Amino acid sequence: MSTVFGQVVKRREDPRFITGRGQYTDDVQLPGMLYAAILRSPHAHARIIGIDVEAAKRAPGVVAVYTGRDLAERMGSVPTAWIPPESDLKTPPHRALAVDKVRYVGDGVAMVIADTRYAARDALDLISVQYEVLPAVVNQVEAMENGAPVLHAEAPDNVAFHWQIGNATDEVFAQAEVVVRHTIRQQRLVPNPMEPRASVAQYNPATGELTVWVTSQNPHIHRFVLSGILGIPEHRLRVVATDVGGGFGAKIAVYPDEALVAFAAMDLGRPVKWTEDRREHFLVTTHGRDHVEELELAGTRDGRIQAIRVRAYANMGAYLSTAAPGVPTILFGLIVPGPYTIPYVGVDVYGVFTNTTPTDAYRGAGRPEATYLLERMVDLYAREIRMDPVEVRRRNLIPADEFPYHTPTGLEYDSGNYHLALSRALDMADYDGFRRKQQELRAQGRHVGVGVTTYVEICGLGPSQVAGAVGFQGGLWESSTVRVHPTGKVTVFTGSSPHGQGEETTFAQIVADKLGVLVEDVEVVHGDTARISMGWGTYGSRTTPVAGSALAVALDRVLEKARRIAAHMLEVSAEDVECEDGRFYAKGAKSRSVSFQDVALQAHLAWNLPQGVEPSLEAQAFYDPANFTYSFGTHICMVEVDTDTGDVRIDRYIAVDDCGRVINPMIAEGQVHGGIVQGIGQALWEGAVYDEQGQLVTGTLMDYAMPKARFFPNFETAFTETPSPHNPLGVKGIGETGTIAATPTVVNAVLDALAPFGVREIQMPLTPERVWRSIQEGGQRS
Amino acid sequence: MEGSKCAITLSVNGTSYTREVEARLLLVHFLRDELGLTGTHVGCDTSQCGACTVLLDGKAVKSCTVLAVQADGCEVTTIEGLGRIDKLHPVQEGFWEKHGLQCGFCTPGVIMTAAGLLNENPHPTEEEIREGLEGVICRCTGYQNIVRAIQYAADRTPEVEPEPAVEVAASAPTGGAQELTRQEGEDA
Ligand code: FES
Ligand code: FES
Repeated sequence: MSTVFGQVVKRREDPRFITGRGQYTDDVQLPGMLYAAILRSPHAHARIIGIDVEAAKRAPGVVAVYTGRDLAERMGSVPTAWIPPESDLKTPPHRALAVDKVRYVGDGVAMVIADTRYAARDALDLISVQYEVLPAVVNQVEAMENGAPVLHAEAPDNVAFHWQIGNATDEVFAQAEVVVRHTIRQQRLVPNPMEPRASVAQYNPATGELTVWVTSQNPHIHRFVLSGILGIPEHRLRVVATDVGGGFGAKIAVYPDEALVAFAAMDLGRPVKWTEDRREHFLVTTHGRDHVEELELAGTRDGRIQAIRVRAYANMGAYLSTAAPGVPTILFGLIVPGPYTIPYVGVDVYGVFTNTTPTDAYRGAGRPEATYLLERMVDLYAREIRMDPVEVRRRNLIPADEFPYHTPTGLEYDSGNYHLALSRALDMADYDGFRRKQQELRAQGRHVGVGVTTYVEICGLGPSQVAGAVGFQGGLWESSTVRVHPTGKVTVFTGSSPHGQGEETTFAQIVADKLGVLVEDVEVVHGDTARISMGWGTYGSRTTPVAGSALAVALDRVLEKARRIAAHMLEVSAEDVECEDGRFYAKGAKSRSVSFQDVALQAHLAWNLPQGVEPSLEAQAFYDPANFTYSFGTHICMVEVDTDTGDVRIDRYIAVDDCGRVINPMIAEGQVHGGIVQGIGQALWEGAVYDEQGQLVTGTLMDYAMPKARFFPNFETAFTETPSPHNPLGVKGIGETGTIAATPTVVNAVLDALAPFGVREIQMPLTPERVWRSIQEGGQRS
Repeated sequence: MEGSKCAITLSVNGTSYTREVEARLLLVHFLRDELGLTGTHVGCDTSQCGACTVLLDGKAVKSCTVLAVQADGCEVTTIEGLGRIDKLHPVQEGFWEKHGLQCGFCTPGVIMTAAGLLNENPHPTEEEIREGLEGVICRCTGYQNIVRAIQYAADRTPEVEPEPAVEVAASAPTGGAQELTRQEGEDA
């Protein structure tokens, strides 16, 4: 085996991106192409009385105008694809364009098709819609109150679903030495990948083939769902998403927009392109988080956590998006006990309709919410029993010899060494030294604080049996085809759909490692349903553990066949062939060898193959993982708070993560960096805010604060490696760990800094104003 | 509404183009839709993200905030013209070496911004680099490797000579485009 696995290899996808030769959806230009623009409701809740499109139809360049009524009979409803069991989930129809009623600002009302981008946008101003404005509700707790405006007749109390799990009883809490109660809000976030969503559709009426380019994290799911909405047979529908400019969960969902564009292309017989602008992204692309959580933790005086109980109100927005119901239930509730040996857990979740943009997965999807509440509660508990928060964690972390570990929520953690990651991070941070310095600085009137998070993450979403059991309306296996060409060059077709994670490189490393070929001689193809037989996409930190494992299995099949052919060429039996660095040797006779390239050529020439061996050298694998896999780690942040201005400065950030075996440390580290910044974004700056009428007041990048380069120090990162025992590569996921860990780490650091002021809670994001106010209101200096 | 057309002549990546364009046409749409140079991206509508950054007479500007007619008579360098794959600009090289990109969408704009920055300040401190990235947003990388990439390029920039590929053009900039976009970019 070569040593390319585990090494830094420069990314193979970069040359096209650094020279401007990527091929993102909006870059697709087709002859005769038309442009779509969508008129969006300015009201959060209103009845549509009438729509007059005549003036728009007559405008220069306009080819067609469609309203909800025009399409009601011709297009299906946009479905949700996650139906958690025993949750009494309501699925009111979600029309691609609203018919009778609009339910959030941004709900589509009409679509214009014109011959230029500008003409399509101009014509939107000529459409007049008569609305009867209805009262709106944007807060999920208020939406459940009696007399709240009702969004859907199917859900008269606005409750979309109610889901519960766990074994915690009132008695456990009644008998506990210490009970900590707290309510927190995890604010709404806007994913904001830098590439806006876009779609281009082209239809060939003669063959009945429809091609849709779309900004998707999962083109095969797009094909599956679009086929249903449009009534196009799946084998006549091709979905392409080769270069996608970030997703973070926002490009999992199948939206009305791509269905509309495809419909128009079929109806008009010309290609149609639609690209959202950033304002539309804010209004229409799914948001993340938005929970209100009532929390209770029970423990002993000496720092043993006995129970955690959560009642969460999850704001689902106006409709249930594709994966949305799974996020605040399965991906959240099951991981609430986190990395600790907590015997009793109770989770009770209401998913609630409101007059806001639908929510769905956002980087981490459910797991950041669970980690945030748990880590905040652990710190409050530590404060309550006057114990160092690190010591509390030490006393509760699952010991390394207890894996596989079964949680009270039914998960089986595959492997871990949580104490190791914690002690490594504490060493890097010089935690004890910092605590001493903190005392000195406090005496000087300076307020520094440290936050420590120990986390575990569900990743590698699969197996399919579990997907079915938890109500996901799809499989969670992955496919891989390895095609060896006559010259020994290799093309890999993967069902995952990376969009920044670098699998064109890491997967080539897996191939190079197994077959002994050069990384440069491997091409990884993804994101095209015409080239890849099937796949479930990239999300849930599943690409490396699931699709990477599919690749490993397919490679073993290739290798097995190559070995038989090599044996035949070397005139020995297959058992007597050894393979090393891309050459096959006769055992005990190193001078007799053939290269992998020789074998590939003979496999294709097929002049003299062993009996029963078919020509060519290609293998496919459909890999269904045995279990989820669980990454974990410890993050530590040190901040200083300016108590005069409320400004928070991040002084140091340390991350020790364990994602099993690391294929490419440079890429893994990059994932951690990006994740941390998104997690800190939630802690300190980001937040989507609606006014009471349901207007999104943070609707542009001027109002919604995105993290910038100057806000951060250099992060200090390291990895421990505890292989997953159940996949062939021993790998876990790394795409979401940073986001999961960073938010509570930073908030706990700020609250630690402000402990002398008696501050227990500051609502995220911790803007200077909120921090300053909390200091003023926090009580006496202690 | 569709307005009258104006004739403009400008040089893009060393080639001169004369076109009739609507007065309201944004430079970024001119580059993408008229010239098919799709390396320059559009990431926002409020001049915040910097994905559209190009060099206009050697200075980094946001091409979503410049009208095509304002670029009349100017020299535009886009990512496609900065360096070739076999002769990369040091900033491009740095991004590849130091993993300065993930999804790649912000990348052309960030690279052009960095090229503009190094043009004005060939050896910036880390703080100056982070400040210099104020007008761009990257959602993927966490910026740390972008900073490393720019440091890599700065280390390869000779002390005296400016980089030829981003040499400030001899002709004076026309119109107020640069001032306009730079101000708008900064109040993010
Ligand atoms: S497109 Fe965002 S600044 Fe130009
Ligand atoms: S690399 Fe994706 S936004 Fe910067």
